Amino acid sequence: MTDVYETVENPHFQYVLGLGDDSLILGQRLSECLSKGPALEMDIAVSNLSLDLIGQADLLLGYAGKIEGKGRSADELVNFRDAHDYRCHWLVEQPDRDWGYTICRQFLFSSYQYLLFERLAKLEDKELAEIAAKALKEIAYHRRFSAEWIVRLGQGTEESNLRVQNAINELWRYTGELFETTKWEEALAKEGKAILASDVEAEWVETIDEVFAKAGLSKLDDFYMVYGRHKGHHSEYLGHMLCEMQYLQRAYPGAEW
Amino acid sequence: MQVKLSVVNNGRPKAVQEIWTILEKVEDPEVPALSVVDLGVIRDIQILENNEIKIDVTPTYTGCPATLLINSLIKMAVEKVGFKVVTVNTVLSPPWTTEWISEEGRVKLKEYGIAPPVGKPETRGALFGVAAEVSCPRCNSFKTKRVSEFGSTACKALYKCGACEEPFEYFKCL
Repeated sequence: MTDVYETVENPHFQYVLGLGDDSLILGQRLSECLSKGPALEMDIAVSNLSLDLIGQADLLLGYAGKIEGKGRSADELVNFRDAHDYRCHWLVEQPDRDWGYTICRQFLFSSYQYLLFERLAKLEDKELAEIAAKALKEIAYHRRFSAEWIVRLGQGTEESNLRVQNAINELWRYTGELFETTKWEEALAKEGKAILASDVEAEWVETIDEVFAKAGLSKLDDFYMVYGRHKGHHSEYLGHMLCEMQYLQRAYPGAEW
Repeated sequence: MQVKLSVVNNGRPKAVQEIWTILEKVEDPEVPALSVVDLGVIRDIQILENNEIKIDVTPTYTGCPATLLINSLIKMAVEKVGFKVVTVNTVLSPPWTTEWISEEGRVKLKEYGIAPPVGKPETRGALFGVAAEVSCPRCNSFKTKRVSEFGSTACKALYKCGACEEPFEYFKCL
């Protein structure tokens, strides 16, 4: 059996697919909050974040389909893959237990995505660079919005501080996977087609430390980390999300408005 | 920023000008005060050798739900006056910025009740931002307060005026 950390079929496709899947799944997660936000301001904000992320997913998965060369559109990639063919990180699949979770997940991810896309925007792979440059402007808003909320919750009441700290304690185990890199990604990076996530880790930690210090919150040191996306392993939540998201196209393949 | 007109067939610049004039009447479906030209999303108009029209359009936000509608409104408006084959081509680079909203567009926005973008978009996203100092589109007071960074569409934030007490929308810098 081949080691997926050493080599995969069509690595360029797999790399862009992973970027698209992260935006898609987090966008889908946030869309579930629509009409359920704790206040109108938050409800509108997460809906807008969701829209941006799904817009990014459309561009990234469209490009992935083009690289793959089998004629699969973004919609087909979204609707006709099972969980084990998804390449999103575990972090973006995690459910919304309360606003503390929603904000914590967003801040951990947007801080990572910002640093990564800032570098992707300068890649030699021009098509990916253009998508990244476009998305980066939106991600800057997401990162700022979630960072401000982390501080607001951390410095709010005893209860809000406790809840967002609980979210950090729960979600921290999924942050290690963000910076995991494979041999085939290293090869892609040398060709100017990828950025190694490990290259942004130090700056990500600085961002987290700065904001958590301001918020009076703490991260977990030396915590057990969960990995698995490259092997097609995901949390149970992804399957449930796909059931709902893919239902219509699975029941009525190719249905259009 | 001025949009460069490029014409493959040099014999037809008049037609290109005509298309620009037509597009000045095509409204943004979400902000009908602005035309697609005011908004700065039309990047180039070309007449190809077989008289096909190619219009380069850039989206505002990646997930803007109006993008598809804007593209078909553009195609319909140009075809209606007799141009036969019109292709709307999506371009991502350079990414759209609110700097491209025309001066005329900014005046129209304000008249419509939406405060136009203030200042320049940040080149590197700040981790913590200061809310822009926005003047009320109704009474011009600067005694305004940001209520929400996100509004009814991705491109707008919600503000409230402390002088006339009216809520209003602000077109965010991007």
